[in-house]
Amino acid sequence: MRLTTHTSRRAAGALVASGALVLLAACGGGGSSSEDTGAAAKLGENEGQVSILAWPGYVEDGSNDPEVDWVSAFEKDTGCQVTSKTYGTSDEAFNLAKTGDYDVVVASGDLTARMVASKQAAEVNTDLIPNYAGVYDFLKDKEWNTFDGKNYGVPHGYGANLLMYNEDEVSPAPTSWSSVFDESSKYKGKVTAYDSPIYIADAALYLMNTQPDLGIKNPYALDDEQFAATVEVLKNQRANVGEYWSDYLKEISAFETGDTVIGTTWQVIANSVEKSKVKAFLPEEGSTGWSDTWMISSQAKNPNCSYAWLNYIESPEANAQATEYFGEAPNNPEACEFATDPTFCDTYKAGDEDFASKLWYWRTPVAECLDGRTDVECKDYSEWTKAWTEIKG
Amino acid sequence: MSVDTTRAAVPPSRGTAARRASSQLSARPRLRLSLLLAAPLTWLVLVYVVALAALLVSALWTVDSFTGEIDRSLTLDNLKEITTESLYRTVALRTVGVAALVTVVDVLVALPIAFYMAKVASKRAQRILVIAVLTPLWASYLVKAFAWRSVLSDGGIFQWAASPFGLDTPGYGLTAVVITQAYIWLPYVILPIFAGLERVPNSLVDAAGDLGASPWTSMRTIVLPLLVPAIIAGSIFSFSLTLGDYITVNIVGGANQMLGNLVYTNVGAANNLPLAAAIALIPIVIMIGYLTAVRRTGALENL
Repeated sequence: MRLTTHTSRRAAGALVASGALVLLAACGGGGSSSEDTGAAAKLGENEGQVSILAWPGYVEDGSNDPEVDWVSAFEKDTGCQVTSKTYGTSDEAFNLAKTGDYDVVVASGDLTARMVASKQAAEVNTDLIPNYAGVYDFLKDKEWNTFDGKNYGVPHGYGANLLMYNEDEVSPAPTSWSSVFDESSKYKGKVTAYDSPIYIADAALYLMNTQPDLGIKNPYALDDEQFAATVEVLKNQRANVGEYWSDYLKEISAFETGDTVIGTTWQVIANSVEKSKVKAFLPEEGSTGWSDTWMISSQAKNPNCSYAWLNYIESPEANAQATEYFGEAPNNPEACEFATDPTFCDTYKAGDEDFASKLWYWRTPVAECLDGRTDVECKDYSEWTKAWTEIKG
Repeated sequence: MSVDTTRAAVPPSRGTAARRASSQLSARPRLRLSLLLAAPLTWLVLVYVVALAALLVSALWTVDSFTGEIDRSLTLDNLKEITTESLYRTVALRTVGVAALVTVVDVLVALPIAFYMAKVASKRAQRILVIAVLTPLWASYLVKAFAWRSVLSDGGIFQWAASPFGLDTPGYGLTAVVITQAYIWLPYVILPIFAGLERVPNSLVDAAGDLGASPWTSMRTIVLPLLVPAIIAGSIFSFSLTLGDYITVNIVGGANQMLGNLVYTNVGAANNLPLAAAIALIPIVIMIGYLTAVRRTGALENL
């Protein structure tokens, strides 16, 4: 009996210990390796594998479409076998990244700051990435990839959230975001929207254009009054939303069956809808968008292969393939020559700094207003998250 | 048993050690009992009590939304939030409503099927019917939910079959959730009712008939009262399983949220584990209330 209680106590101890480990991992407290060591100074031998956490369409090895494959060449050149996992929202990515299972994470601007603040991202030495030299200067050292003057990643590409509609069902062709906000009742039950708190910025951008007296200068910097007005717009839209989407496959199927006829999208989704006639375009108000950054996890088990991947994906050939497939502007001018579509760079206005400056890249909303106002406090991301569950009701 | 192994290391033959252990045990009934109960009790305490306690405690924590770090100081903020914010009331009521509706639909569908299986069908047909009821359980839950998604979609089979009668598909929404959940949990309701009906002696129904009761009267006054415990057992399954579901809602529920979805978004998207734990307490409280009410009726004792 003594032995039995002993073993059971040991089992209990083991359970408590593993529970504590899980909790520790969940809190992201284990990032000691990155704290003071700084970026790697030189590279060693490749480890033979690398695991990547990415948006859908960023790491394609031909398993989705045999024609679409830029991973195999990397594996052959470097000997690093790639395993990848895709995610639907930045919040999901954040939770996955904290497990420490991924060496490389591609993060949008609403995630990078959180990755760095929670010590999940390692500082990156861009000198070890030869292809970094070719990247557009206007993408380098930005507030979403550089913190305290240190680089925490390298740019991937940038693009806009588009408005997609079913050409057979929606007429006349929409030109403005109003078709999914003020006029969404026309397609009651067939409207879709992106299921993430960051979508609140889309409504804020709409109000920025339609209600200038609210004084919204940056859709990620909303004070109490502006935020309330934005939430109101979204609550009205909710009555007409059939489904929200965060899983891109769900949006593809909803557009193909006709359950959804209009809503926000990415170019890659529009490219994948086959069974119905859809069109995706940039509405006249402009749009929110993203500028993505390849980061290396502070818990990376394969840092050398991680650097190899970063260098590979920054190369004009690979970057052209990945960004053209996803439907976004590449990170360097040379990539335009490697695109299969000669008008690729014109379509996405690659290198057009003026256009790029009009896109409102995803950022993490914080209390200290991003637009520089100091007389008011802005709603931070936790309040955005809370409001989002309330909007969905 | 463990005493057995320690003693077994000593040279004397196995038989003697075992015999000695058994005589030791027969002399000490308390030791015997604690050895017998140790494994199930450890399991029960670890799996149920510790898990519930962990849930309760983590509901009192908070989380830094920017870095996602958990702050372990205890506060009632989360509990206050879920009790005062109208959002949680709305969603909780919606969830209970859907669960109740699923239960009602399931019981109404299950009663005639179970009655036919238990009282009308031949032995052979009965076996075939039991297998037929169980077969859907072999398919994955996800497959069934996605099947209903395509059935109920715009231009799907439902619309095609209903259009001659001037009806249309309900589309994705709460109706679709009720249909799908009622379908998925139906076997769990049919089986207890079937078992309960088998225990109702035919002689009672015959006697009622001999005394002049119409089939409906003997059904109402004899069979149904005897069936109440079985119906309640079935309802516990369909009610509690629907109460915690979030997958079906995600697949066919359109833009609607149920309690499970709030837990899921708080864990998966918002990274707010403490708030998710607090929300998870709502269905637990509802279930405790339901079981207490059921106990009052005395149905659990007849089970």
